[in-house]
Amino acid sequence: MRKQNSIFENIDWLLVVFYLVLVLLGWINIYAAVYNEEHKNMFDLTQSYGRQMLWIGTSLVIGLAILVIDGKFYAAFSFPIYIVTMGILLVVLVIARDVQGARSWIEIGTFKLQPSEFAKFATNMALAKYLSALGIRMEDMKTKITAGLLILLPMALVLLQNDTGSALVFIAFIFVLYREGLSQNVLVFGFFAGVLFILALMVPNTVLIGVIGGLGVVAYLLMRKTKNNLIVILIITALCSGIVFSVDYAFNEILQTHQRERIEVLLGKRSDPKGAGYNVNQSLIAIGSGGLTGKGFLQGTQTKFDFVPEQSTDFIFCTVGEEWGFVGTSFVLILFTLLLYRIVFIAERQRSTYTRIYAYGVASILFFHLMINVGMAIGLAPVIGIPLPFFSYGGSSLWGFTVLLFVLIKLDSYRMYILR
Amino acid sequence: MYNPGSSQRIVFLGIITSVVIIFLIRLFYVQVINESYSVSATNNVLRYITDYPARGMIYDRKGKIVAFNQAVYDLMVIPKQVKEIDTLEFCKLLDISKESFIDKMKKATSFSRMKASTFEKQISAESFASFQEKLYKFQGFYVQPRTLRKYPNNTAAHVLGYIGEVNDELIAKNPYYRIGDYIGISGIEQSYELELRGRRGVRIVMVDVFNREKGSYKGGIYDTIAIAGQNLVATLDADLQSYGELLLQNKIGSVVAIEPQTGEILAMISSPSYDPNLLVGRVRSKNYGYLLKDENKPLFNRAMQAYYPPGSTFKLTNALAALQEGIIGINTSYPHSFVVGSKSIKCHPHPPIALEGAIQYSCNPYFCNTFRSFVDNRKYGSSENGYRLWREYQMSFGVGKKIGVDMPHELKGLIPTVEFYDKYYGKGHWKASTIYSLGIGQGELGINPMQMANIICIIANKGYYYTPHVIKQIGKYPNTTRNLGERHYTKVSAENFTIIQDGMQRVVEAGTARVARFDSLVICGKTGTAQNPHGKDHSLFVAFAPRDNPKIAIAVMVENAGFGATWAAPIASLMMEKYLKDSVKRHDLEERMLKGYLLPLQNKSLENPGLKVKDSTLVNPKNKKGSSVALLNDKKKKK
Repeated sequence: MRKQNSIFENIDWLLVVFYLVLVLLGWINIYAAVYNEEHKNMFDLTQSYGRQMLWIGTSLVIGLAILVIDGKFYAAFSFPIYIVTMGILLVVLVIARDVQGARSWIEIGTFKLQPSEFAKFATNMALAKYLSALGIRMEDMKTKITAGLLILLPMALVLLQNDTGSALVFIAFIFVLYREGLSQNVLVFGFFAGVLFILALMVPNTVLIGVIGGLGVVAYLLMRKTKNNLIVILIITALCSGIVFSVDYAFNEILQTHQRERIEVLLGKRSDPKGAGYNVNQSLIAIGSGGLTGKGFLQGTQTKFDFVPEQSTDFIFCTVGEEWGFVGTSFVLILFTLLLYRIVFIAERQRSTYTRIYAYGVASILFFHLMINVGMAIGLAPVIGIPLPFFSYGGSSLWGFTVLLFVLIKLDSYRMYILR
Repeated sequence: MYNPGSSQRIVFLGIITSVVIIFLIRLFYVQVINESYSVSATNNVLRYITDYPARGMIYDRKGKIVAFNQAVYDLMVIPKQVKEIDTLEFCKLLDISKESFIDKMKKATSFSRMKASTFEKQISAESFASFQEKLYKFQGFYVQPRTLRKYPNNTAAHVLGYIGEVNDELIAKNPYYRIGDYIGISGIEQSYELELRGRRGVRIVMVDVFNREKGSYKGGIYDTIAIAGQNLVATLDADLQSYGELLLQNKIGSVVAIEPQTGEILAMISSPSYDPNLLVGRVRSKNYGYLLKDENKPLFNRAMQAYYPPGSTFKLTNALAALQEGIIGINTSYPHSFVVGSKSIKCHPHPPIALEGAIQYSCNPYFCNTFRSFVDNRKYGSSENGYRLWREYQMSFGVGKKIGVDMPHELKGLIPTVEFYDKYYGKGHWKASTIYSLGIGQGELGINPMQMANIICIIANKGYYYTPHVIKQIGKYPNTTRNLGERHYTKVSAENFTIIQDGMQRVVEAGTARVARFDSLVICGKTGTAQNPHGKDHSLFVAFAPRDNPKIAIAVMVENAGFGATWAAPIASLMMEKYLKDSVKRHDLEERMLKGYLLPLQNKSLENPGLKVKDSTLVNPKNKKGSSVALLNDKKKKK
């Protein structure tokens, strides 16, 4: 192994460019979302765009720092970082103040940090480290359980902070496990469970059970020649019925009222444009009023005049939609898609399993954020407050995503020095 | 290490791609196909704010303001923004009860919590001043300036008319008007509505989610600027008008004075009248009700809407038609009576007379004979043809048709057609002796004082008139909305008028209207006593002066007052003196007129000359303490 000549050697500049473009577009839209005639200065720290500028600056410093650190460091320190992060999550539970129902912030003076944003990164590292170890096979039950626990621990801790959105992000790691050999049945099962969940809420249980039973009988009649199939069919039918029955319970007993309402709004079971459906309704109005080419930079009214809530954070996509129209929204979506494609491409060119798994983790997390954030803005996903990566206002999330991406860039730039 | 190969990669990228494609389809639908979101966005953010232009003011011919706008203030409230306020202090400042406060708040809240609604209408400038100092204490309340019509001379109610809020029917007919807009309902306010109202402007402003203004929409390119109403200069002489109203107090009647050389109406009085300020603002509908119920009908504009028999005025036009047709000459005289069957009409004892004398003595037989000579004249072939021509002559003097005064509700009057008599008596069963009373202005004739005054203008001008009008100037320019400069000629040529004027001059100098003389002015006049089937005769006098350069033509009608010389002639004379000489020197006569009480219906409060109708029942906008119009109702309740 030889030493890297320069910290910029072998850097995937395309990723850096994607990063810079997204961050810049994000800032422009934050500026527009909270634009105010009285505070035109871009660096006005009393305004969120001024502060975001600060976060962007510091993020670049962080990114640079990550590139400076030796490439071997990350794999080596994966578990310590994971453990320390879990420790911090625990500490947060004890010391954090209640902010809008969630206890997820560490406050040092006026400076606030949200450790859950870094938990994704730490978990990704730990998962990559664990799965890339010699002799680990996805088929082993032990591997599945250990990997599952690595994911569920931070998820549980974040859930305890009452930050459901951030907790749900950890589901994204299922894609990583799938890439590393988890049966595709898990994805298929997950998909059908989702469908059943929705159906169970939409259709009366008795009808649904009847249909499932009927399908079971049909399947049996078609495939009765082999005994084995009968058992499989029975199990599947029973499982489906079980899900259906548990949905009601889960829906009514486990979910909190506002979460229940948001799902009902999404499914069209509840029309409440001034209450639970307000966010989505206003978000759709903002995006929809943008038309094909949008109202133009700083010309948005729905976002600027606060009709859309959280317009610089969770609903930043509304500003894109309103001011830049369909042209803008599709541009941003395609930009994200290209970024994801690039990351997957990078993942697959690695000799190092660790880097590959890490890269898939990055792609999965970014994808999940994109899917939920944009999905909720256009009324296709329930309102779950998670940021749009690189776009949304917020220091913690920008830092978190910067670290996540730049570690990948560093690991990737190191690929030539990895021996198989 | 086990590497499951590329299939998972493809599945993963496939999932990403599918989700993005679904999103793009959804976005295309939401942004490009579905238009409703744009509408919702507009509703969210745009507010249309109407700028009401000031209504034009009205001046009299000497530049005196007779109608202007007084600033009042509507107190608006946005219920959502109302924070804890000192209700007690608030109610005290506005002089309302706590219950009323709660009630108004409830109404406003049920309309909208976010949007402004009117809390209290038309607070006067005086009460607003004290309230404004404390306004900062009452979050959620703000004040919107409005204007209220004011008529400072308390005069010419029928001419000026009044304004009121538009009703649904009108809004349906005229798309310009919206709920809450004001419109002229009668008088000048109605006929010059277009000029007076101006054009309302609309500003489009953007508001945020809390309904706070955030500036104009697209830099104001869609805004329309309010255009202020134009000021009008009326032909009225406010002093003369007031004076005439005073002279007619406690009498039922009407005066119309016109400048013959222009057709400008100098005064138009219908008595009993009312203070035009009574029909302004919040007290309007209440007062309107009172006025409507008043048995002396103060709302009725007798000057243009009452039908009187023209009486002796028609002797003049009758003679003029006969002169023009050569049926009589200036020396023609008739026997001293007019015999129809067993009836005979006689006159006061006077020497045998020709036309001039007949006018001077208002000789009934003379004009009945003239009428018969005309209608039954053989040269027309039949009485029908004769009457038809006679009627045409009369109509050329502006009777039996609308003369086109620039005021609403003009009535055309009545002068029967040949067909009318055919129907009434049967064709061929009538002739001059059947309808002879038309010759002396009695019978089936209806004419309003405006038309009478116009006839006098024609005589003063020797043969033509200008359309009488009340507005001479719009903004800085002469009134061109109507054809006011055109001379309307009668069928009678100028030379025939001299003898009529001679006769009329004799009436004042040596005849029935000697009471009308003043100074050394040459006045031409004619008294009349119009028979009235409903009671005592109407007292009538028409005149113009000076004879060689007529400045004023006047018609005075006092109902149920007897001889023309008793009431109508002195009133006309005093008004001419007032107009031509600026002040009245004949105080005794003036005193007698002012004290005259000729109302058939007794009203207690009418001793007070300032109040023209029974004001005790009316809600008077002028409060003694000088406090507000707006609070009057509440105050009344308390008492």
